[in-house]
Amino acid sequence: MRRIISVLMENEPGSLSRVVGLFSQRNYNIETLTVAPTDDDTLSRLTVTTEGSDRVIEQITKQLNKLVEVVKLVDLTEGAHIERELMLIKLKASGAQRAEVKRTVDIFRGQIVDVTSTVYTVQLAGDSDKLDAFIQAVSALGVLEVVRSGVSGIARGEKVLAL
Amino acid sequence: MELLSGADMIIRSLKDQGVEYIYGYPGGAALHIYDALFRQDDVKHILVRHEQAAVHMADGYARASGEPGVVLVTSGPGATNTITGIATAFMDSIPMVVLCGQVVSNLIGEDAFQETDMIGVSRPIVKHNMTVRHPSEIPTIIKKAFYLAQTGRPGPVVVDIPKDMTAPNERFEYRYPEKVKLRSYSPAVRGHAGQIKKAVDMMLAAKRPVIYAGGGVILGKASKQLTDLAHKLNFPVTNTIMGLGGFPATDPQSLGWLGMHGSYESNMAMHHSDLILAVGARFDDRVTNATDKFCPGARIVHIDIDPTSISKTVSADVPIVGPVDSVLKEMLSLVKESKAKPDPDALDAWWKQINEWRGYRKELYVKSDKHIMPQQVIEALYKVTRGDAYITSDVGQHQMFAAQYYKFDKPNRWINSGGLGTMGFGFPAAMGIKLHYPDAEVACVTGEGSIQMNIQELSTCKQYHLPLKIINVNNQALGMVKQWQDMNYESRYAHSYMDSLPDFCKLMEAYGHVGIKVTRLEDLEPAMEKAFAMKDQLVFLDIYVDPFEHVYPMQVARGSMKDMWLSKTERV
Repeated sequence: MRRIISVLMENEPGSLSRVVGLFSQRNYNIETLTVAPTDDDTLSRLTVTTEGSDRVIEQITKQLNKLVEVVKLVDLTEGAHIERELMLIKLKASGAQRAEVKRTVDIFRGQIVDVTSTVYTVQLAGDSDKLDAFIQAVSALGVLEVVRSGVSGIARGEKVLAL
Repeated sequence: MELLSGADMIIRSLKDQGVEYIYGYPGGAALHIYDALFRQDDVKHILVRHEQAAVHMADGYARASGEPGVVLVTSGPGATNTITGIATAFMDSIPMVVLCGQVVSNLIGEDAFQETDMIGVSRPIVKHNMTVRHPSEIPTIIKKAFYLAQTGRPGPVVVDIPKDMTAPNERFEYRYPEKVKLRSYSPAVRGHAGQIKKAVDMMLAAKRPVIYAGGGVILGKASKQLTDLAHKLNFPVTNTIMGLGGFPATDPQSLGWLGMHGSYESNMAMHHSDLILAVGARFDDRVTNATDKFCPGARIVHIDIDPTSISKTVSADVPIVGPVDSVLKEMLSLVKESKAKPDPDALDAWWKQINEWRGYRKELYVKSDKHIMPQQVIEALYKVTRGDAYITSDVGQHQMFAAQYYKFDKPNRWINSGGLGTMGFGFPAAMGIKLHYPDAEVACVTGEGSIQMNIQELSTCKQYHLPLKIINVNNQALGMVKQWQDMNYESRYAHSYMDSLPDFCKLMEAYGHVGIKVTRLEDLEPAMEKAFAMKDQLVFLDIYVDPFEHVYPMQVARGSMKDMWLSKTERV
């Protein structure tokens, strides 16, 4: 099952490489990874999506917790949560196709953020499935370049991951 | 407040930490630190001949004393030469602090002379590592390094020190912190009371219990608590190879060790048990054999300070995260208070069964009139040292024989590289122990393969007068490799024999030590007596043994715990 693990860690040089190293060293899988400092600049928040059996996921969370620089973590998929991913995608947009691209972007509630006579650059946020669906929808129209941020997530309701 | 240079701060911090000896080798990036060492007498430095040996020395000392070992090396090759030693300590959870020089900060990343990314290289094999970014941080970083190395599940910590951090002309305020706290690090200080209660209820209801005790009992200084609990419950105890001495081997409740080359009775008892109390052990593949066939009728209580060790390879029914000493103590008081008692009839029947298994192997090995058998070497060693020596070992058949035939009654006496299996470990480890315990008998059981992996340290022994004994179980082959080639490769001995062995006795002479060659059984014990009587000499006993002997029992690959070869022809 796909899991989203959110990690709060010391914002120090080398912290990220410890996490990445742990995944490769222990033969775990990273699907996506995002990391940035939080409002407290001594802390970074890292979100990793991974796949594995319950036993593997349990080991991943325990092993992450064991890293000295990891302060706290939560497996967001254990409860209700919101996940978002940002995508920037360049699409061919000339002739009759231009209108079709625009319509599809509107349906997915994306935004065209850059325009040339032949290309639209589209920004789209949502969960990963939605981004997949959009790529599918425009694939026939000519996808030139895709960049995805990887997943960020947060728990719904009162639950917070903070110090 | 005192003003000190970074280099002086390092040495002062070690002194204030209570460090007496460090082991190392100088080089460009560490020279300011070596100069600081030279200008004081509190912290003594042992100059090895290869950095790997420095780490094993520190490791041997740490295993024997329970205190962290400390290593000092330079950047680049000095640092990378420590890697095998660090990995050895990491696999066996040994507390250690390794201080590495590094090129000056502004050259980092430029492929400078003797530059290696030691933080990156060591990352997967350390508990933690840190770089000094300002000299004023040094006391805190060193305190942190010791704190991390020693607390929770112990392990090696590497500190990378760029040369400019130790510049002699830049001085900063020095104060060694009494305590450090890390918000991201808080090892368990006691086990969960509810879980302990649940475990004790299960233990009292068990009909075929076994205590499976690992190295955590030694590291957690819990031998007494383990022994008390086992005695109170009258449960059989089996130790892992890392846990030998955690429960007295000569105690009637001891089954010996378990796993691939464990005793027949241990492996049988484990397989047929209905309850396993695992204490500071990690269900390693050399213990469990195939995990899907592991002890099918057993429920498992698992105590460990490190949550990642629990349910990693074998699922625990009752996990207890906490220090083994306090958890065992709490268990004992619950057992004492409890109205329920272990079922005496069931336990009697269980012990009867175990004693039958104990009697099953009439002859543990076959004696020869042509050769000394390697087992006889260990038996003689046990006799001559009255079972009370510090025994280090290298890796291979001799290690297995030492663990099988030397009966360790005390913790911290059996020193071996159980997890990583590092050939070349035993000799320097013995040096570290002899240095700290000059009056104790210290012997390294090795083979002609392993000893040559760090033989250069004979010179260090001369320099610092380390009169330990080396018991070379010489079968003129890489015995364990050869055994596997006999069993799995139709005796095709691909690179498992050595046909150009040195004359070890002459070699000892060259280094200023004593070598004695032993080829006949009747000479074995007298030679050993003679060696241990030479209190002031390093003595190397080069003992020629049967080159074709195998280690048994040996678990059958991918089988259950009870599937074993008991000799070259008998499989159960």
